[in-house]
Amino acid sequence: MPSSDSQFAQSDTPVIKIRDLVFRRGDRTILDGVNIDIPRGSIVAFMGPSGAGKTTILRLISGQLRPDAGTIEVNGHRVSAMSRRELHRFRRNIGVLLQDGALFTDLTVFENIATPVREHTDLPESLVRRLVMSKLSAVGLGGIEERMPHELSGGMARRVAFARAVVLDPDIMLYDEPMTGLDPIAVSTIRTLMRETNDALGQTSIVVTHNVSQVRRFADYCYIIASAKIVGEGPPQQLTDSTEPSVDQFMNGKVEGPIPFHYQPPGAAWGLLD
Amino acid sequence: MRANYKVEFASGVFLLLGIAALVWLATRATDYGQDIGKETYTISARFANVGDLRNRAPVKIGGVTIGLVESIALDPVSFEAVVRMSVASRFDEIPSDTGASVLTSGVLGDRYIGLEPGGAPDMLADGDEIFITQSAIVLEQVISKYMFNTGTGGDKE
Amino acid sequence: MNERISRIDRLTTPITEAGQCLLFLLRMLAGVRFGGQQILAVLQQVYLIGARSLVIIMICGFFVGMVLSLQAINALEQFGASDQVSLLVGKSLFRELGPVLTALLFAGRAGTSITAEIGLMKATNQLEAMELMAIDPVQRIALPRFVAGVVSVPLLAGMFSAMAIMGSVVFAIGVMGLDAGIFWSKLQTGVYFQKDFVGGMWKSLVFGGTVSLIAVYFGYSAKPTGAGVGTATTNTVVLSSVLILIFDFIMTSFLT
Repeated sequence: MPSSDSQFAQSDTPVIKIRDLVFRRGDRTILDGVNIDIPRGSIVAFMGPSGAGKTTILRLISGQLRPDAGTIEVNGHRVSAMSRRELHRFRRNIGVLLQDGALFTDLTVFENIATPVREHTDLPESLVRRLVMSKLSAVGLGGIEERMPHELSGGMARRVAFARAVVLDPDIMLYDEPMTGLDPIAVSTIRTLMRETNDALGQTSIVVTHNVSQVRRFADYCYIIASAKIVGEGPPQQLTDSTEPSVDQFMNGKVEGPIPFHYQPPGAAWGLLD
Repeated sequence: MRANYKVEFASGVFLLLGIAALVWLATRATDYGQDIGKETYTISARFANVGDLRNRAPVKIGGVTIGLVESIALDPVSFEAVVRMSVASRFDEIPSDTGASVLTSGVLGDRYIGLEPGGAPDMLADGDEIFITQSAIVLEQVISKYMFNTGTGGDKE
Repeated sequence: MNERISRIDRLTTPITEAGQCLLFLLRMLAGVRFGGQQILAVLQQVYLIGARSLVIIMICGFFVGMVLSLQAINALEQFGASDQVSLLVGKSLFRELGPVLTALLFAGRAGTSITAEIGLMKATNQLEAMELMAIDPVQRIALPRFVAGVVSVPLLAGMFSAMAIMGSVVFAIGVMGLDAGIFWSKLQTGVYFQKDFVGGMWKSLVFGGTVSLIAVYFGYSAKPTGAGVGTATTNTVVLSSVLILIFDFIMTSFLT
């Protein structure tokens, strides 16, 4: 249930603006000249084969990694130029749901969700409690606050992690493979939560995934990243119907195509010649 | 974590237990408990033989420790052992004709100095010497004296 | 050429590693705040790593005390000096066995679990999640464990020695029938508070700091995989044990 096109078109200045982004790891180029605009209020999906650098973009946006060239602007501020203190304030407004949730295994569900609140605010304990409990019931898990993470099922843990990510009502949400390894019911729960929270709080969300069938049901716009470049972009339906070979290969799951099935290490050709 | 009083209580118990163990060790199993305080005065005594009396051995009156042996030295002229003792200042009314003897706790125990208060009106002060002394009884000499009646007495009044 | 570089690498890697370890320590110490939350976190860790090592420390201490008395009595009997047993037991406990054995046991019991715990947190992205919440994991995760280790080891060493003295009492007085008065008076006149007891405490403090630093650092720098965490855990035990014994020798030569 993507939001209407009119709402999508309204947003004039993009929340996240990426220009000519280059990122290398060793002598491997992970991202090479990437340009992305993400408008306010939208849910944008990054798709592509494993290892194509989707997660790297998330880490660049959150300021964990610094680009080798190019700029990333969030709300008009350059992430790579932020001081430690600015980054601290910046991250308060970003919610991140990592792969597998990454709940703190030594803390209860309640303390997990309360951790960002305690770190970024000085709210009295009663308000912290009320805030945590409201988020917990928003994800449909009221009453499990005293359990430990290892006592939860995969889907429950992911929902708790979701509650933790949105507890401070961030403007921007980053999701790294939010639906991987979940059963179909949990997948649609997470999908519904993402869409509803995004629209209710006026958030902007970026979702890294390779679940093509789900993307059609929640994303407003898609980027397909392969071989360090953006090979296709557009609303999901348009991409599915695309005839561009890379996009077609990925969206429709074909083995044959321009995206290589075999991993090609840098200098592989040299290895053959030696 | 926040409301986990059980954990806080247990770690508190652990801390207290650890500190208790340290205090117990220090006072029961080292010479720390033998300390007699900061305020002390020094007296000395000469003995013909101190046996295996050691530094920091206790000085007692009536079995109660009032001081420690500070140093044991040999007078190069008279060949007597000069024992300097520091005594807690609160025991400052020890008569000047008090006697000192090197005694043994138990049959084979450690040596200590036992003081036997006299009746003189003036008291021992810092730097004074005790003149009435009795040397250590050296067990070998006692035994040989008893067995062969030939022991050369190491004792001297 | 390549071979030469790798040989130089092999030589410089431990030095680099030690430097990183030191920087890690400074980074932790820079995070000390003396706040209520931090003290609470330290207490939690004192419970987890200190109190949980307590039973093993006490059992080992008791038996070390017994075996030490047994051996000492066997040896001293030949010179008719078995009444000196408490002196021998006390001195060797306070100076060497208490601090060293406690630190070794601590490295095996608590050091490994610290490394494994932090390594697993890293492998499951928990440390990254913290960074994304703008929480410094060095300060939040590593520091309380380090401080708790430094606090716990001297206390554990105290309990180890206390239990060992008990063990000695049980064996020397209870089994061998030595005189209790002589036993205690030998300790109280022969074992020096300053030199033996305080010196041993200093050792414990240094050992506690060493083991805890190694444990948190190896956990933090572990490769975020199952095998990486396993290797890091093993390395913690090996390096801690070696360093404990080396530092023990160095400190003994300076302290006495």
